[in-house]
Amino acid sequence: MADDAASRRRRDPAPSRPNTGVAQLLAVFDDPRKFWLAIAVVLVAVAVAPLLFGQYATVILTNALLYVVLCLGLNIVVGYAGLLDLGYAAFFAVGAYAVAILGQQTALGFWAAIPFALVAAAAAGVIIGGPTLRLRSDYLAIVTLGFGEIVRFSARNLEITGAASGISGIEQPSLFGWHIDSPTEFYYVFALLSVFAVIASVRLANSRLGRAWLYVRHDEDAAEAMGIDRVRVKLAAYVIGSIYGAIGGIFFAVNLGAISPESFSFEQSVLILMAVILGGMGKIPGVILGAFIIVLGPELLRDLGELRLLVFAVGLLLIMLFRPSGIWPSRKS
Amino acid sequence: MLLKLSDVQLRFAGNTVLHDVNFGVAESALTSLIGPNGAGKTSLFNCITGFYKPQGGSVVFDGHELLRLKPHRVTKLGIARTFQNLRLFREMTVLENVMAGMHCRTHAGAFAAVFRTPGQRREEAEIRAEAEDCLRFVGILDEKDRIATTLAYGHQRRVEIARALATRPKLMLLDEPAAGLNSGEKDELIGLIRRIRDERGVAVLLIEHDMGLVMKVSERITVLDHGRLIAEGTADEVRRDPKVIEAYLGQEEGEAAL
Repeated sequence: MADDAASRRRRDPAPSRPNTGVAQLLAVFDDPRKFWLAIAVVLVAVAVAPLLFGQYATVILTNALLYVVLCLGLNIVVGYAGLLDLGYAAFFAVGAYAVAILGQQTALGFWAAIPFALVAAAAAGVIIGGPTLRLRSDYLAIVTLGFGEIVRFSARNLEITGAASGISGIEQPSLFGWHIDSPTEFYYVFALLSVFAVIASVRLANSRLGRAWLYVRHDEDAAEAMGIDRVRVKLAAYVIGSIYGAIGGIFFAVNLGAISPESFSFEQSVLILMAVILGGMGKIPGVILGAFIIVLGPELLRDLGELRLLVFAVGLLLIMLFRPSGIWPSRKS
Repeated sequence: MLLKLSDVQLRFAGNTVLHDVNFGVAESALTSLIGPNGAGKTSLFNCITGFYKPQGGSVVFDGHELLRLKPHRVTKLGIARTFQNLRLFREMTVLENVMAGMHCRTHAGAFAAVFRTPGQRREEAEIRAEAEDCLRFVGILDEKDRIATTLAYGHQRRVEIARALATRPKLMLLDEPAAGLNSGEKDELIGLIRRIRDERGVAVLLIEHDMGLVMKVSERITVLDHGRLIAEGTADEVRRDPKVIEAYLGQEEGEAAL
């Protein structure tokens, strides 16, 4: 009897996961057929949502999809590489302002401006990451916090960024004669961006670089001993995260047609980070879920009036209390 | 000489840990580094692998000076190591752990990963195949999909060895690989260390406290005490050296230990 228990423990010494409803739900994904079916259901739901709900809901859902892109980007920095970034909105701002300024000052056109905006964001990633990635993560958090504020203050004070009033009259793009201007059209643009963001995230996670992020996050010395250049690998995470942020910012700017410094506040960075932590750092479906909860939560609670943010906050606290590593369970046991 | 240390000096805040250590490892040799606790054995490993920066001397490996290099550059040149306390990547499978070793032999970056270029897919297959080969070599391929830290202790040690092998080293530094193993596992370890040299042509430098294992497996033994090299030779020579016997806590006890 005791022997039996001991041998079982030896075979499976990992703390067993409580068999919660979420875990059972997740078991569905172990079967590839069911997994692809689930993906198809989600894609169909995303495709028909604007037809089922009104225009107001479509705008909110567009915002949720923007958050999906931003959260997946921050997830690479925080979830994969383990670097706490409290100023992620800065990259979002760089993308948005770059496209707005280029649209205003040059005749490049929207699509030609995108590469410049991405390069600007990547450069910002290198500038902030290069000197600071040797710091421990708590120091890094402070530096990124400062960086986020510097970007916002610069935007508020520079002439080229339109100072406090920002930049308005950003032209909406056309693609092969299709002028993208209605909320529904933008919804589909963001849906497409989200799909690309998910595919890129999955592919990065299952790659040499993606594994290197995890190695460095778990044990920097062991990773170095395996021949991994930790500074370089972290910098790659930073730059890729900033490109995600910039892509979100670029389409955010043309969607609204106007941007101002207050769109890129510290609260914005915190909300994105919160969605990532809430859903489960490093877990793509969790991060997507987190993005939707953060955007849709306050909307769904609108009937509560003044109490809604309080109720929402208590809800978030309860989730973190019972699922400290995020809503989405870990796959491995 | 594959690895040659000349006058290596290491100090921490005025404490001299290594005094002008001169020491070498020949191509495809099985060498052990022994000495009482605190003699500076692991510090010497850390100087070779770039984790510590010695204040003086030189470390030449395969024609390259290692002294100014970061650990990952040293690994790329062909020195792999294991750690005294297991340093496996938590929450990752055995296979994923071993795949880490191939990082320095492959190149695909973010762009290749996102677009799944043919070169990237070929490389991924190669990484997986090499990792599986290393696991087969150490005899735990059937556990490749388990979370590494849930394996029996002796098998976790083998994961570390497989991971080091996957860097395709010319020299492997094993820091107390027998610690915590039972006698059966120690015998298997001796066989494994010999096979690493015989079948893979990899030189092995071993830090170990188990004298039985050291005497059986090593062709040459170097003895370190208080940061100084006090003896060097074959097992028999070292065993009879009075300075070695004295270093091991008084003469009689020392004799008993050897």
